[in-house]
Amino acid sequence: MRHTKRWIAAAAASASALVFAGCGSGGDGGDVVLTYATWSEDQKPAMEGIAEAFEAEHPDVDVQVQVLPWPEYWSTLQVGAAGRTAPDAFWMLADQFPAYAEGGQLLDIADAVADADVDLSAYPESVMDLYDTGEAIYGLPKDYDTNGIWFNKALFDDAGVPYPDDTWTWDDAHAAAQALTDADAGVWGIAAPIDRQGGYYNSIYQAGGQVIGDDGTAAIDSPEAVSGIEFWTRMQADGLSPTLQQLSDTEAVQMFMDGKVAMYFSGSFWAQRLYGDEEFRPNVGVAPLPTGEQRASMISGILNAGYAGTEHPEELAEFLVFASGEEAARIQAESGAVLPAYEGTQQAWLDAMPEFDLQVFVDAVDYSVPLPIAGNAAEWTGLETEYLTPAWNGEQSAAEAAAAYNAAIDEVLAE
Amino acid sequence: MTSESTAAARAAGPPARRRRRAGGLGPSPWWGYAMIAPAFIGLAALYLWPFLKTFTKSFMDTPAFGPGTWTGLDNYTELLGDGEFWQAFGNSAVYTAILLLGVPIAIVLAALVQQLSRGRAVYRVLYFLPVVTLPVAVSMVWRFIYNGDFGLLNWALSLVGIPGQYWVADATYAIYAIGVVGIWMSLGINLIILGAGLQSIPPELYEASSLDGAGRVRQFFRITLPLLSPSVFLVTVLTVISALQMFDLVFVMLRSVDNTALDDSKTIVYLFYEKAFVQFDQGYGAAIAIVLLGVIMIATALQFRLQRRWVFYD
Repeated sequence: MRHTKRWIAAAAASASALVFAGCGSGGDGGDVVLTYATWSEDQKPAMEGIAEAFEAEHPDVDVQVQVLPWPEYWSTLQVGAAGRTAPDAFWMLADQFPAYAEGGQLLDIADAVADADVDLSAYPESVMDLYDTGEAIYGLPKDYDTNGIWFNKALFDDAGVPYPDDTWTWDDAHAAAQALTDADAGVWGIAAPIDRQGGYYNSIYQAGGQVIGDDGTAAIDSPEAVSGIEFWTRMQADGLSPTLQQLSDTEAVQMFMDGKVAMYFSGSFWAQRLYGDEEFRPNVGVAPLPTGEQRASMISGILNAGYAGTEHPEELAEFLVFASGEEAARIQAESGAVLPAYEGTQQAWLDAMPEFDLQVFVDAVDYSVPLPIAGNAAEWTGLETEYLTPAWNGEQSAAEAAAAYNAAIDEVLAE
Repeated sequence: MTSESTAAARAAGPPARRRRRAGGLGPSPWWGYAMIAPAFIGLAALYLWPFLKTFTKSFMDTPAFGPGTWTGLDNYTELLGDGEFWQAFGNSAVYTAILLLGVPIAIVLAALVQQLSRGRAVYRVLYFLPVVTLPVAVSMVWRFIYNGDFGLLNWALSLVGIPGQYWVADATYAIYAIGVVGIWMSLGINLIILGAGLQSIPPELYEASSLDGAGRVRQFFRITLPLLSPSVFLVTVLTVISALQMFDLVFVMLRSVDNTALDDSKTIVYLFYEKAFVQFDQGYGAAIAIVLLGVIMIATALQFRLQRRWVFYD
């Protein structure tokens, strides 16, 4: 699972983030110091707000928020855990989670969760599934993200194409992309990169397929999954999207913001960035992903996790419960940075950006599918460009590429 | 005559001195070790210990966390049969070759800057700026220059009728495009080393040779180059070592979302990073690091052997 998209903005600011890394918040000198590692400069104010709120209830604890640049976040965490110097609390992603959980690096907070009487049903079930090990509780979800269609109203108006809505099927999406594409003006109907989270995983599940089957082996070569991939390769074949090379040089969200592509299928996490561009803001529309055989949207979320080797396991567990709790969720929602995981706190996020129809992303939870994770996910997802690029470039059929990729995934899973 | 007498003096001198020193102070005074201890401890903790850890890990199958299991040479045999490794090796070799092309460029530029009677410092600063600029900033500027659709380079090429390319999104060109950035970034350091070398060449040689009728070009090849050769040798050795270790430019220029060129343009150290830190396979990563160390040692030893043929020490 590559959440890179979501954090690319933060990564771009990594130079400045480096400067900030290590500067703590609060700093009112409690006896117990907890470090809290994150990778998003955008979310730093909200995280510090949460730290302060926790400190107000626990005067003896000093929570220090650290922002690590995205490119080195995981290597820093991994080396820190191996060298017993990891931060106490940190953000965790589903594809990294199994290695840390199985490696015994995460603090089990089941007791603290029970003591605080946390209602686990307040979190989206599909996000809880991502981090479900069956035994321990290694943290609670902080936020989640689902996918929708970000579209450029001005380009739709120019082409006389009606805006996407919840009745859209795949064919509607394709037809609209065709009508919106204007080669002379350098405008494409859609951005079709090889994008798991915002792109082809969604269409695979919309077609009734799976990436990893119920038996735990790859299922990306099934006819349904192949038709999900074809949704994207057809866009490329018909010239309705910039090529992969063009999307390598200028990432899809930038193309969208430059008015070069009319539709960008991606996550709720762009809301703050798109909203932040005041000139572009009035042009931005949101709609649900089109329906294939059924509705589906990938869902993912960050887990607030703790380091098993911490010096203060009790305080840390309390902080983790708090940081994913209702009050913390409200602080996050009001900042507009992310869609908080705690049920009933999403309204503040919607209210923070009233011009966008962000309800689409909250509604998507109902038909959401947890991002497929199995085995060494970092390894087999890393093979995706190698195997799928030929299909996107038209050098191979989607079925051929999917069959080859399927075998490669199985080989990794068999290790 | 003089050399004979100094040789005789040398032969006579040391034993007496050595005897006196040994007699006066006794064998290896403890404070001697104490005084080098800080340097030694630092070296041991920061280099020797990690090296030993890496070396032992390269013979292990390691889980993401915790101790690994001994697997002998498995990592190495897997490495030799791994097409990805050989491709990365080839990319690093190509990159190193490109950076070596930067050495003659640096020599010519250093000689030209040296000729300036005014503004020498200004030029040095200009050439040195890339060295002290953040790689992230450098990569953003170069990504814009290389951009296939809106890039400066393609625009310039279009003026002379050459079709543009997706320089850093097409694996055919990416490593070369990065090599050019590498030359540009390392030029400053090389100019400083070569500039220092140039300043140690006695100006009388130029005066004498110009009286004998030698032109600028002839002076460059007959005086500057031979006398500069120790500096050139140093620059070459450093260039090869740092080029084989190149990681950052691939990381910052190609690791954007879904870059189509990344798969075929990884260097050895990038592959090491990916195996050890992205895929949690530290044992395999360690084996890559050890092989790279061996390659660098061989390359450097080879250069020291070859220097006898072309480096001129006076």
